Amino acid sequence: MRNYLKYAVVLILAVALLALGGISCSEEGTTGPTATPKETYKVGAIFALTGFNSPLGEPQKPTVDMMVEQINAEGGINGHLLEVTVYNNESDTVKAATLADKLIEQGVLAIIGPTGTGDSMAAKVEAAKAQVPLVSCAAGSVIVEPAGNNTWIFTTPQLDFVAVERVYTYLQEQGIKKVALLCDTAGFGAAGRAQLMGHAFLDKYGLTIVADERYGTYDVDMIPQLTTIKGTDAQAVVCWGTNPGPATVARNMKTLAMQIPLLCSHGIAFKEFIDIAGTAANGVVFPAGKLPIVDQLPDTDIQKALLEQYKADFEAKYGFGKANTFGGHAYDALSMVVEALGNMTEGLSTAESRAFIRDYIENDIKDFVGTGGIFNMSPQDHNGLPRDAKQGMILVQIVDGKWTWLQD
Amino acid sequence: MSSAQFVQYLISGITSGSVYALVGLGFTIIYAVTKIINFAQGEFVMLGGLLSFTLIHSAGLPLVPALIISVLIAAAIGAIMYLLAIRPAKNASVVSLIIITIGVAIFTRGIVGQMLTKDFVRPPSFSGEESISFLGAYIDPQAVWVIGTMVVVTIILHLFLNYTMVGKALKACAINPVASSMVGVNPKIMALIAFVLAAAIGGIGGVVLAPLTPISYNAGVMLGLKGFVAAAIGGFGSPVAAVFGGLLLGVVESFAVAANWGPFTSAYKDAIALVVLLLILLIRSGKLAEEERTG
Repeated sequence: MRNYLKYAVVLILAVALLALGGISCSEEGTTGPTATPKETYKVGAIFALTGFNSPLGEPQKPTVDMMVEQINAEGGINGHLLEVTVYNNESDTVKAATLADKLIEQGVLAIIGPTGTGDSMAAKVEAAKAQVPLVSCAAGSVIVEPAGNNTWIFTTPQLDFVAVERVYTYLQEQGIKKVALLCDTAGFGAAGRAQLMGHAFLDKYGLTIVADERYGTYDVDMIPQLTTIKGTDAQAVVCWGTNPGPATVARNMKTLAMQIPLLCSHGIAFKEFIDIAGTAANGVVFPAGKLPIVDQLPDTDIQKALLEQYKADFEAKYGFGKANTFGGHAYDALSMVVEALGNMTEGLSTAESRAFIRDYIENDIKDFVGTGGIFNMSPQDHNGLPRDAKQGMILVQIVDGKWTWLQD
Repeated sequence: MSSAQFVQYLISGITSGSVYALVGLGFTIIYAVTKIINFAQGEFVMLGGLLSFTLIHSAGLPLVPALIISVLIAAAIGAIMYLLAIRPAKNASVVSLIIITIGVAIFTRGIVGQMLTKDFVRPPSFSGEESISFLGAYIDPQAVWVIGTMVVVTIILHLFLNYTMVGKALKACAINPVASSMVGVNPKIMALIAFVLAAAIGGIGGVVLAPLTPISYNAGVMLGLKGFVAAAIGGFGSPVAAVFGGLLLGVVESFAVAANWGPFTSAYKDAIALVVLLLILLIRSGKLAEEERTG
């Protein structure tokens, strides 16, 4: 009987492991057919499909899958089918570097991602060493600045300092002088905090930091920090982090009957924030790309057609309300690589193709309409989006549980 | 610090502390009976929270049945964990069994992440969202539920362990498994009951906590760590000591944010749990060694 039980457990664990293996295999699966008339263009992607960054990384894989399907259905790129291998780095920086290596060994022509700033910092070292172009989906300016030292590295989201300055322009317009900071201790929050505390911005917008509080991503509540902030003469709270901290902050501020406005980063531009924060989400202001408020854009907006198309395609496949700016960053990254491939001559070696894609993105991505904005890459700028805060990002306010364009 | 602020910090600390206490209770129950430190304890809290959300939103169940079913499922998973992972390896050393619990924790996180959701979720509050004013401080009504649940669970557990036959058998088994088996107490059954109880208490913690703070499939790690510290402060002895440990930890964390001095700032809130743990272990190390010799 005892032996029988032992075998049963081994069997169950084996089945479970196989099932898990199956799941991870399907996550790491490749898209696109194999038998082709011309050589298939291979591209790699690294996204955080699990772990703390997964709310950002999750829409990126379906975005890439959808694009590959569309491109191949229309006959590929100049007759070459596109194949994108997506790996999940589980929000782990070490895995991001290992997977970049693995993709490079497989001979990919370019790498899309990783999702997070820390992950991108790890992966870019491998990409640069092997001279493979890497188009990151993370907002940390450290990834691509200065561009001269990051020859092979590009990134598509609006950079963190643009988002910070956009928040500060709003505070200035509201006549706010005293600000309380409440930042996540993890990567994105810490990088944002460094920008928020920058003297250049504080002097430019006449702001004083009266409280500098931090929180852990899994903290049960932020009431102690907010009690401290409530005891200061802060006129606004700026909370820098992604899921789920800012939602808890919004709820806790409501509990404490705090009347001052709450501003957050572009890291809350997904529907889950509103689901979790409930009515406490109302009134929250954050900088973002135009995707969240695409329905409110005038028809003259140059990005509107693209944004509507992406949103409609994505949501038809993956469900209403699922499209968000983070999937958009992957869309922009792959679009640039695809455009480069479309202009590539036949018969280049792998190394020559990689160099061609790099050169093309740096020099020929001009007036490129993406979901994040209009890109103008150059040898000095490997992000390409407008650096001026007001041109680079819009402000979104949550009104009655809906994203509303806050025009100023 | 004004008195209203003081009350606010205190209540916030007690709220977080109540959650840690509920996790700590689970640690002590299993440890007492089996000497296993169950590192999957935080996962039961996560299960309770995520299951209640799933049952309310996806299955459309009303609040009360959803809560009861969530706790029952968590308890059942505790039983399954014991029967399939712990009991078949019963000849293994305690260290191996502890490693098995870590495996169960990782396994549970993976399964829940794949089958339920990877998103952070928050089920509806039990009694509205309007905060209650108390001595100049404001309290989320759900925080009252959390604190109240912790108190009720602790009292019921205390009565159960001291005034029922099964409870007394559990205590007997904890004190001396060999002697208690001689008088007809089956240690295997007692271990099963301990796992079910611990899982149920974790599940209860999860269902009351989730409306207050968003929960995701990997939220159990940090909760498990804090609960472990709570139980360690209490010396893995009586459940009441674990509750005291949890509350102490919560209040220390809260006032560390208030102090804003030296290392006592909000940036190091989580590290404080570990510092408290180290201090307790240092203070208690002599006593623990003594217990090791005599026990």
